[in-house]
Amino acid sequence: MTATLLIALAVFGASAVETVEALTIVFAAGLTRGWRSALEGAAAAFGCLLVVVAVFGPTLVNYVPINVLRVVVGSLLLVLGLQWLRKAILRATGYRPKHDEDAIYHREVERLSGPPRTQSGRDAIGFTISFKGVLLEGMEIVMIVLTLGLSSGHLLVASSAALAAVILVAAVGVLVSRQLREVPENAMKLAVGLMLVSFGSFWGGQGAGVSWPGGDLSLLGLLAGYAVVTWLAIRFLGQAGSGPVQVVG
Amino acid sequence: MTRWPRAFALFCYEFAVGDTPELAIGVGLVIVATWALAGKHSPLGFWFIQAAVTLLLAVSLWRGAVTKART
Repeated sequence: MTATLLIALAVFGASAVETVEALTIVFAAGLTRGWRSALEGAAAAFGCLLVVVAVFGPTLVNYVPINVLRVVVGSLLLVLGLQWLRKAILRATGYRPKHDEDAIYHREVERLSGPPRTQSGRDAIGFTISFKGVLLEGMEIVMIVLTLGLSSGHLLVASSAALAAVILVAAVGVLVSRQLREVPENAMKLAVGLMLVSFGSFWGGQGAGVSWPGGDLSLLGLLAGYAVVTWLAIRFLGQAGSGPVQVVG
Repeated sequence: MTRWPRAFALFCYEFAVGDTPELAIGVGLVIVATWALAGKHSPLGFWFIQAAVTLLLAVSLWRGAVTKART
């Protein structure tokens, strides 16, 4: 129960962060090159991602031994989680510029402002930009869904959480018609990074032969331990000082 | 025709390594060392993986902070 809830939260948070980034690109492509091509590009990429999950999910479950899967998945989660945690801590302490969806949006709009689209309403540039944006950001979601879902045997929970995050963020994005700049992306990245590192340690260790006391409950202990380490790192780096915080895309 | 595999390989590299090669290499070493320790039914593996992951994060943060300080 604990693990299932944490998996749903981790996938939901990671998917929400990635969806905000993908949505920014789709918005920029839609407003400058036409909505038809931008939405078609996003839909095509979404279809490709569904195929990847449908093909790789069952294949990995049926043909790869569980301990091998756990070691590989644990390692991937650890790398990804540590990357997110590192980035979020460095941003929180001013050692790295904050991510700004508005800046990215304006940069994309400027880049895409070019020759007018065709009379049919279709535009190859708008389609391609939207397709690539959704595919790349979505691939990260797919990786997290597959790794967390397969190792725990809760692929359906992970997929549902990802889908819920995508629908929620897209709906909020459409309703407020702006680039979701109020989303506390760094805080979410920090929380998700903590969860990914905890899961990565748990499954990587389990696959390598570690026997965790308390089973799934030890995930909470790992989460608390890494949260303390993160808090200490932010305090230490914050006190060390780092100059003015920049904001870039 | 070779563009897609190349692009996919590049994506995988960026995804797993990116600008933090120390994390990718470090995680590999941590898992192998944990396997070596836990394989002898020792509780060392349990403590080792947590300490090693914490150390890895500290090293990577230090590298990130030093890089920023230099620029």
